[in-house]
Amino acid sequence: MVDPRTSIITERLKGIRKIIAVSSGKGGVGKSLVASVLALELAKKSHSVGLFDLDFTSPSTHVILGIKNVQPKEEKGIVPPLVHGLKYMSIVYYSDEYASPLRGADVSNALIELLSITRWGKLDYLIIDMPPGIGDALLDLIRLTKNIRFLIVSTSSLLAFETVKKLISLLEGLRVPIIGVVENMKMNDSKAVQQQVQSLGVAFLGEIPFDIKIEESVGKTSKLLKTVFAEKVEEMVSKI
Amino acid sequence: MHEWALAEAVISAASQIAEKEGLKEVTEVKIKVGELQQVEMDILEFALSQLKTAQLKNTKFNIETARAKLTCRVCGRTWFFSKEKLNEKTAEAIHFVPEIAHAYIKCPKCGSPDFEIVEGRGVWLESVKGVT
Repeated sequence: MVDPRTSIITERLKGIRKIIAVSSGKGGVGKSLVASVLALELAKKSHSVGLFDLDFTSPSTHVILGIKNVQPKEEKGIVPPLVHGLKYMSIVYYSDEYASPLRGADVSNALIELLSITRWGKLDYLIIDMPPGIGDALLDLIRLTKNIRFLIVSTSSLLAFETVKKLISLLEGLRVPIIGVVENMKMNDSKAVQQQVQSLGVAFLGEIPFDIKIEESVGKTSKLLKTVFAEKVEEMVSKI
Repeated sequence: MHEWALAEAVISAASQIAEKEGLKEVTEVKIKVGELQQVEMDILEFALSQLKTAQLKNTKFNIETARAKLTCRVCGRTWFFSKEKLNEKTAEAIHFVPEIAHAYIKCPKCGSPDFEIVEGRGVWLESVKGVT
């Protein structure tokens, strides 16, 4: 028995110039916010951009971007709708407001299904908001996509960075390119994370200060793009 | 027309298998389609006929359906998926991503969403036969 879906994935992604997986070693570091704002900033610079929320059990980019009342179009597969200038795809189109408790094998299957039926067309960038950690989605994505690169989000916390080190080690072991590490929610002047990232031979993409007002911008893209957070992400665009 | 995308995957996989096994012509492709995905057979068959490559021009596609068997991981109850119990929107969501069944379907005995899709999930290639 052969799963035919995996054989078509390369074809589905062939029109995409750059695939960037925004990943983290653990949850709660602002990965989805970085992925969403990065996609918006790239689109602002006239790039054609897709955003794919792969955090199947806890999707949140639709909340960050205030996306509601849209659905993909059925056309020999599914075509993601254009929202805020982004081709946007998320499992939330199908799970609605319900919890989707998926085990590892289910995550793999849902991921393969969406990769095999989604027609992205031509894109300069596909930004993927990964689930946290080094689980099934990450391993499947590495297995199934050829030109993927990782952008890793950490905080200043040693707890977060400890998991980032494991992620870096895994990606390097698998020879998967790492664009660099972003230090998010920075609240002090310490250069500890930057130095450790650089000592691992990985690019340090920059710092994003902790912004207590970012919550007020959730769901409002124009307000989100005016934050210090967005300004810092914009500065990183040239490095990716 | 989600079936079209699945048909493309079948043609692509069958072609890759044929190439790997050195088949000049593919005579038969056996496909198993699980009921959970609620594939429209007419559309799938039409798409397969339209997408045939030269190597598959005389291929007979044998499509067999499999009931979707679900087993609860909590209490062990096994039951079969039934589309009739779902509203249109839910059925369509499961059609696109069968794993979304976990958001809508619960074990009929204990109410848990933690069940295994034992068989009958989606589209599988059972065999590819041809002449070398």
